[in-house]
Amino acid sequence: MITVAKTGIDRTVAPKIIDAVDLNLQLKPYRKYILKNGVEVFAIDAGAEDVMMVEWVHYAGNLYEEKNFVASATNFMLKNGTSTKTAFQINEHFEYFGAYLNRTAYNETSAITLHTLTKHVGELLPVVREMLTESIFPEEELNTFKKIMQQRLSVNLLKCDFVAQRLIDAYLYGEQHPYGRLSRFEDYESLTREQLAEFYKQYYLQGKFLIFVAGKLPENLEELLNKNFGDLSNKRPEGKNFLVRPAPEMKQRITNDPNGVQGAIRIARHFPNRHHPDFLKVQVLNSLFGGFFGSRLMANIREDKGYTYGIHSYIQNHIQQTAWMVSTEAGRDVCEPAIKEVYHEMKTLREELVDEEELLLVRNYMMGSILGDLDGPFQVIARWKNIILNELDESYFYNSINTIKTITAEELKQLAEKYLQPEQFYELVVV
Amino acid sequence: MTLAPAMKILTKRVLLICLNTGGSLHVESYDEPLQMAGGDNNAYTTQDLTTYHVQLPSENIETAFWLESDRMLSLAFSEKSLDVQRKVVCEEFKEHYINKPYGDAWHKIRELAYEVHPYRWMTIGKELSHIENAKLEDVKDFFFRFYRPINAVLVVAGNVTLEQVKTLAEKWFGDIPPGEKYQRNLPQEPAQKKAKKMELKADVPLDALYKCWHIASRFDNKYYITDLITDILSGGGSTRLYQSLVKEKKLFSNIECYHFGNFDNGLLSIEGKLVKGVKMTEAERAVNDELEKIKNELISETELTKVKNKTESTIAFEDMAVMSRAISLAFYELLGDAELMNRELDKYNAVTASDILDEARNIFREENSSTLYYYSNNN
Repeated sequence: MITVAKTGIDRTVAPKIIDAVDLNLQLKPYRKYILKNGVEVFAIDAGAEDVMMVEWVHYAGNLYEEKNFVASATNFMLKNGTSTKTAFQINEHFEYFGAYLNRTAYNETSAITLHTLTKHVGELLPVVREMLTESIFPEEELNTFKKIMQQRLSVNLLKCDFVAQRLIDAYLYGEQHPYGRLSRFEDYESLTREQLAEFYKQYYLQGKFLIFVAGKLPENLEELLNKNFGDLSNKRPEGKNFLVRPAPEMKQRITNDPNGVQGAIRIARHFPNRHHPDFLKVQVLNSLFGGFFGSRLMANIREDKGYTYGIHSYIQNHIQQTAWMVSTEAGRDVCEPAIKEVYHEMKTLREELVDEEELLLVRNYMMGSILGDLDGPFQVIARWKNIILNELDESYFYNSINTIKTITAEELKQLAEKYLQPEQFYELVVV
Repeated sequence: MTLAPAMKILTKRVLLICLNTGGSLHVESYDEPLQMAGGDNNAYTTQDLTTYHVQLPSENIETAFWLESDRMLSLAFSEKSLDVQRKVVCEEFKEHYINKPYGDAWHKIRELAYEVHPYRWMTIGKELSHIENAKLEDVKDFFFRFYRPINAVLVVAGNVTLEQVKTLAEKWFGDIPPGEKYQRNLPQEPAQKKAKKMELKADVPLDALYKCWHIASRFDNKYYITDLITDILSGGGSTRLYQSLVKEKKLFSNIECYHFGNFDNGLLSIEGKLVKGVKMTEAERAVNDELEKIKNELISETELTKVKNKTESTIAFEDMAVMSRAISLAFYELLGDAELMNRELDKYNAVTASDILDEARNIFREENSSTLYYYSNNN
């Protein structure tokens, strides 16, 4: 074995590193402006390429709907016809300028996202305005949408991971809760254009929205935004509170496909939201447990046992309350041994202090990953959006860095004792 | 030792994962010191190349040189590590190709469309047993043939200077034997003379149609024309297949047209799921009608500008993140010259409406096609 190469280097010795915990991470501050109607605009002006994104976030998530899917169908169909343009014409307009216009419905909010070369933005904003003020929800478009969604559902229902995810959410929150609602064929079938038009009126025409922009921004952006969106409604709808009604039975085994060769495993417990004092600390514990490639779950269940291609734990990205989830797909005959190992790793975290070297590794990994993630203006605005929609401020970002740097092994063990208790976890296998 | 083509592809894949997670000659673990330096890494394999990428704070750049050079020097091959990785790759195979509806479609189409070229096989291998039987010797042999400096391109992007990178590269990679240049000499697929068809029935909810045609390689100037053809046909709400077959005729619930950008002659594919109750023959005829249009009518300047604008914007967005720029640079250097990256847009902009017409006629010939009719057992 050549240990000392001709260049005189000893390959067994690692180069000196600067601990990532010593890095001084900053979140670039946004510029904020207020449109004439009071709508807040959050802007990150940065980046080398002449590209930008604009996102309109409405308080129009499925939390506000009276009937399943009205919120997401309304959001989807904003692009499917206005009083002057067909769906085809709208699509053609954005695509002609090489722009992408996406829409996404979440629980609390729904979003329209425009990515474009900066030079074209002026041509595109008036059409977004038209979608926000003149959408008509054509019957035929709705029928096509319903059919496509039902067909997509029929394919997804054959996938064990899809079935497992919707069931564990339903167990955790209850099917009546926006976070636990299941999509069913009949929900799509019974959608009508009147329901969509009514939701549109209430939560878009008479609702409230925020705007996030990032990239290389044109000088007259504020003027453009004011011209196109400065006269729209800005009245936040009343919030709704839903009670969490978890399933009484915490352990479930489901056979979805008798010939399936893998099972989808979900193990999850309720967890408080980002305002809870334990939240940031538990992010560190989660990293150690199953949050990255070097985590305990990955080392044991993938790297040592080979039961799975990957296993992850994470805290769901919900605003009101949330859940701590372990998720994997494992060979059908090794699902039960894999679950046993998950509980075993919880036990180790409850009973043994993590040694300083492993803890330093987790800290460095987390810091490096935040640094790497802040690559470019779109990532920066995404972090700000999360902070703002959760009604937090920049101290959340700096507290999170500080927690990563300073949390102790004792604190992690105490948190494991508090939260990693098997009897508090829902457990599901779908084959 | 000569590896069977399937074995080549497969061992490469198994190797890749070993490399990612196992140690190398002088370094027991690759991941731990990297994570300690605040870094993260990943890798992927296509049919033509393997890319490793590492991202870490620029202050700790030397850690990446240390780790990457040692694993290029040699991996720590061990039976235990290969044994676990075989299981992991088997689970990956099950997750993506067995336990998913339509997961086997591309295995079938590749075997149908190709007679001799190793593109016949998926990167992960043909079947589970190929992974289960992978031998340590095969993995080693593959490594020392392909993972040599002379076959590799190193790109460093970020807050570094050229001098710093030169010094580090010389220090860590300078004494690794360059290896022998791999002469790519794969059996080339002869021109297809007759349309090929295949039927399959499985427990899937909807019938699906897969069609593909042989196309020119990534190195050919026709590549740019072909790439624009796929953008004319699908990929947005105003594209032809979507507008005509999903929205107007309501024959498909989704339909896509894409290609793989292969180094040797590749495939362009159209795949779609049929609306329940629609007959396969009717769906196929409608696809063919759309192809007849692009073969017989010059596309308008507006439509051509549209797909060129889309390309311009895609390239600009790809260039935003440092990692994606580094990967692009490595890709173009592997194609022959990193400078190509700056000339791509001009090549797209040079494409004319008659280029599109000619190339569509050349590609969409019946005898150049392979078709998989994927039927649902429920119908």
